[in-house]
Amino acid sequence: MAERGATPQVPALRRKALRAVRSLFAPLLPDDYLELINPLWSTRELRGRIERIDPETPDAVTVLIRPGFEWPGHRPGQYLRIGVVVDGVHHWRAYSLTSEPERPDGCIGITPKLVDTGVVSPYLVRRARPGDVVRLGGVEGTFVLPDPPPEKVLFLSAGSGITPIVSMLRSLHRNGEVGDVVHVHSARTEDGVIFAGPLREVESAQPGYRLHLQITGREGRVAPGDLDRLCPDWRERRAFLSGPAEMLDAMSAHWEREGDGGLLETERFQPVIGGEPGEGEGGTVRFVKSRIEAECDSGTPILVGGEEAGAVLPFGCRMGICHTCVGMLCKGKVRDLRTGQIHGSEGETIRTCVNAPEGPIEIAL
Amino acid sequence: MNATTSSAIAEPQNPLAHLSPEQLDELGREFDAIRDRVHADLGDRDRRYIESMIAMQRRLAVMSRVLLLASRYRPAKVAGTAALSAAKILENMEIGHNVLHGQWDWMNDPQINSSTWDWDTASTAEAWKHSHNYVHHTFTNILGKDKDLGYEIMRIDPRQKWHPVYLFQPAYNLLLMALFEWGVAFHDLDFEAIRKGHKSKAQVKRELAGIVEKAKSQVVKDYVAWPLLSGLAMAAVDAAFEVRKGRRRRGGLAGALRSAIAGGGASYRSTASANATANVVRNVWAYAIIFCGHFPDQTYTFSPEEVEDESRGGWYVRQLAGAANIEGSPLFHVASGNLGYQVEHHLFPDLPSTRYAEIAPQVKQICERYGLPYNSGPFGQQLGMVQRTILRLAFPGGAARPKPGPYRGEDHEAL
Repeated sequence: MAERGATPQVPALRRKALRAVRSLFAPLLPDDYLELINPLWSTRELRGRIERIDPETPDAVTVLIRPGFEWPGHRPGQYLRIGVVVDGVHHWRAYSLTSEPERPDGCIGITPKLVDTGVVSPYLVRRARPGDVVRLGGVEGTFVLPDPPPEKVLFLSAGSGITPIVSMLRSLHRNGEVGDVVHVHSARTEDGVIFAGPLREVESAQPGYRLHLQITGREGRVAPGDLDRLCPDWRERRAFLSGPAEMLDAMSAHWEREGDGGLLETERFQPVIGGEPGEGEGGTVRFVKSRIEAECDSGTPILVGGEEAGAVLPFGCRMGICHTCVGMLCKGKVRDLRTGQIHGSEGETIRTCVNAPEGPIEIAL
Repeated sequence: MNATTSSAIAEPQNPLAHLSPEQLDELGREFDAIRDRVHADLGDRDRRYIESMIAMQRRLAVMSRVLLLASRYRPAKVAGTAALSAAKILENMEIGHNVLHGQWDWMNDPQINSSTWDWDTASTAEAWKHSHNYVHHTFTNILGKDKDLGYEIMRIDPRQKWHPVYLFQPAYNLLLMALFEWGVAFHDLDFEAIRKGHKSKAQVKRELAGIVEKAKSQVVKDYVAWPLLSGLAMAAVDAAFEVRKGRRRRGGLAGALRSAIAGGGASYRSTASANATANVVRNVWAYAIIFCGHFPDQTYTFSPEEVEDESRGGWYVRQLAGAANIEGSPLFHVASGNLGYQVEHHLFPDLPSTRYAEIAPQVKQICERYGLPYNSGPFGQQLGMVQRTILRLAFPGGAARPKPGPYRGEDHEAL
């Protein structure tokens, strides 16, 4: 089964009314008809309509979305899984929410940066238009601002790593809780500073907020050794760190060595990369429901490997035509044995009879 | 009622007998290439088609139900019944059958997906995916293995052994036509597997419960809920009308209520009968299209021995020779769920139905080059052949009908 949006918070009376007339529409739901009038009325999955798209830099935009039902809220710093249709196919990606949960208009924002080789970011940055409908999945993430917020904070961000930080900053700003915040942010070029405007705005409104903006193309990167100069009391502050992997690694090591690692929170965006494309490497399959693990070499379909390991799996034609054997991929990538193509994303339905694991995978069977 | 081979009947030559294993492999690669090309090209255009088809079908369904609220008026009843029949046909054929085949799974849509779809018919999606997608589409036209060959109650191929019960097949053929969805639902249970103990009691129980659940929801919807709504609506209209009139007459309130209840009851019955008609129309249409898929004279059947160690190319040839197309207008093809392209559907059961018309010329071309049949004929002719076979094979004996031979291009199309 393909991934769907989060279950919306529908008023109880409305749910009851819909349930009462259900038998008139069986086997469909009243939803299936109401969605023809307004796709946002779905009570099965939360959807949202794009309200506005504001350019932040030449290759990043903020997409402001109005959820179909009351926004269940998020904690500043969390990310959202969002589903969009690109060239007929549903794709899901996670983006940090860049809006604060307390926005009075009930809208939420994400700020994707263009990845030229990607699928979803080119759509959101270049092609999406106000009025487009997107699917809203669950809110996740443990990189969050504590409640109540700490007195002394250090935000350390680089590039698009600023997205979860800006939600935290906006929340502090709106609630008048900016006590003592030092923000060290770096970007490669002046043009490429996402949220330059909002940051300056907070800076001028909040005396407790000190911003150091470093243009790395000109001044070089912020090194751990620079901290003593930029923020002499960094060891005493609750620090929130978000940026590329090298920066996270270097800074985390620095905190462990010289400071208090317990005061540091980090957010990593780099995906865990699977195997080398082309060759095919096989891997371990974990069948989530039957709790069986199976080893498959590069030429062994998941179905065959699973059966050899003793799993009872649905099967049909064993040639990729009947879709009886499908299971939902929970983790990892698979290789289509017919084409050699590597594919698979979380929540995708795959045919176990014609796909081999490409690295370790988990499947809901 | 097991199919058995009998050497007394002249066998049509296996259509792939003239092909070498290398040629079959090459043929397999050519068909795979068609599939890959279409898959690589799927996108927005296809998505727009299925989404607008579903939206159109649902609007038609709503319109028909609203019209049938006033089913006591003859024009509303006729128009409503026609619209509801059309909506049910589209829902079963172009939408349900094809979505459940996984033709739209590539969209990764949570709703338009073979794993979540349910349809307005007596078969549960799960049972049907097994008996149809797996059993029928994998073992197509193999005697004794493809349970759709005569649906285990009919003698449709002369190689099936005759039994006196087949004398009644012309009669229960008509019954099956009207009640097709129920026939298919019980056929999904696979009585042979139950008899031989291949299915656990628990599974049979679960599958029966599934049919009962489907039956309940259809009965409630078509014979209770909508008729009741129509009855109440019309009773309310009558009551309002009578009360206004009654003010001028004396003591008319009780009489007004009585006549409103009577009017409501008549509306209830009228809507229920319209819904029943729509269900039967849908059944007859589905029966006609599906029986024309594999039972016309041109199609080949295969013995289990013939398909031992079958290669992928051999599988393609069996699909090709075992199915027959129906010629018709674009509207006909939509109404039949594009099963008029039965040949293309059997070659590529999980390609979106809209693409069958596009690849048909390529399939024909392959048939021409490899000297293979491409079975096709007009609807009336195909249905006539099927009915003739059902009548003839009710009696003992019978021979395989002559086959059209290899496809030789548009100019040579003849039977």
